[in-house]
Amino acid sequence: MDALIALLENNDIFTPRTLLQYWGGLVTTVQLVFLALLIGGVLAVPLALMRTSSKVWINGPVWLFTYVFRGTPLLIQLYMIYYGVTLIEGIQESIWWVIFEGAFYPALIAFVLNTAAYTTEIFRGAIVATPAGEIEAAKAYGMGWWKRTRRIVLPSAFRRAIPAYSNEVIFMLHASAIASVVTIIDLLGAARNIYAQFYAPFPAFIFVGCIYLVLTFGILGIFKKIEKHMLAHLQPR
Amino acid sequence: MFDLEGYGPTIFGGAIVTIELAVLSLLMALVLGLLGALGKLSSNRLAKGVATFYTTLIRGVPDLVWMMLLYFGGQIAINQIFDFLYYEFGIDYYPQFNEFVSGVITIGLIFGAYMSETFRGAFMAVDRGQIEAGKAYGMSNWMVFRRIMFPQMMRHAIPGIANNWQVLLKTTALVSVIGLADMVRLATEAAKSTGEPFKFFLPVAVVYLAIAALSDFTFRQLNIKFSAGVVKG
Repeated sequence: MDALIALLENNDIFTPRTLLQYWGGLVTTVQLVFLALLIGGVLAVPLALMRTSSKVWINGPVWLFTYVFRGTPLLIQLYMIYYGVTLIEGIQESIWWVIFEGAFYPALIAFVLNTAAYTTEIFRGAIVATPAGEIEAAKAYGMGWWKRTRRIVLPSAFRRAIPAYSNEVIFMLHASAIASVVTIIDLLGAARNIYAQFYAPFPAFIFVGCIYLVLTFGILGIFKKIEKHMLAHLQPR
Repeated sequence: MFDLEGYGPTIFGGAIVTIELAVLSLLMALVLGLLGALGKLSSNRLAKGVATFYTTLIRGVPDLVWMMLLYFGGQIAINQIFDFLYYEFGIDYYPQFNEFVSGVITIGLIFGAYMSETFRGAFMAVDRGQIEAGKAYGMSNWMVFRRIMFPQMMRHAIPGIANNWQVLLKTTALVSVIGLADMVRLATEAAKSTGEPFKFFLPVAVVYLAIAALSDFTFRQLNIKFSAGVVKG
């Protein structure tokens, strides 16, 4: 601890003031990623169910949504929403402008739609992989579509989706760094400010890289725990 | 229709930059990926350690952080190296580190790490008996690699390479952030000056989708080619 304090005292760049900037960035990044994953995940459940429908008019629009959002760069989606929201007529006079004046909500919307598209496809894959016997058994018990979806299909599909979903969470964390492009002071935004103040790219960006690395491995560790618990029946003996 | 208030041809030129960037990065990623996979599968502990460190470190940090570190840091590092050469040996040569080169290096480094995992899995999918048979024929290690491992490994690697390529293509958009005049940056400038974002971003999005669809087709053909010896059934 004393060594750490000594290091901080003999350091021009990592002063309490800049560390506070990094902390502010960390809070923003975590907020953005957490909210995007939460809202995107909730949206993805009905979308995934629609995507498994055999009716083209239900399945088709969702397919188009996921195809477009997975096929184009997130940066373009972010720009379209960030610059496009100002075009909505009368928005600058309405009460909504308080929300959309900053970049946080446009960025959040872009992240939500993007992660919803990826998560929909992950859930769809998990739903399709439900063993036919389980559905037959549910039908034999006289369960309707909603009841068997709620009681049989979704619980096991969510479990099967965990490994792929953990990748999506990491992807979202890393993708959130582009929020700094539209003036949001997230982790990378803080690093860019500190780089600009000291013209010291290596300390500024390597430090933030280490924070991302710790976050990534933290998330991976948590998911490994969850997998061990939820997928215990699939572990090799 | 494709004129886009005069910005059309410029943005189309930006699309070419995007494709060049993507293809060059892919080549670098493939080379690094092969080396990384061989390192990971090597019995040499140093090679294994270096390869594992490389793939872990790269995949734990966002692409944009790498890009800024290499772009902003790269010029300083290069200047310091050539300062040293100038003062020590009198070599008066200062190369400029531009956005395109740093984009290719960054994306190549990042996707090299992902390709390492792809190739590692593909190498492990090749039956060990194949290598033993090659050795029994008196082939050298290099010949076993070239004639037996590589062609069979590629069949397993193609789907992974295709996936990585699709992600790589979208990652090239990030190079616009450090100032490369690719189609995203040109579209952004056009959108800002005309105040019509959708008019410029939608065509750019369509170009990305078109490249993705075209590469999907290409990889399907490649898959057929590399699966020529596989009996379906």
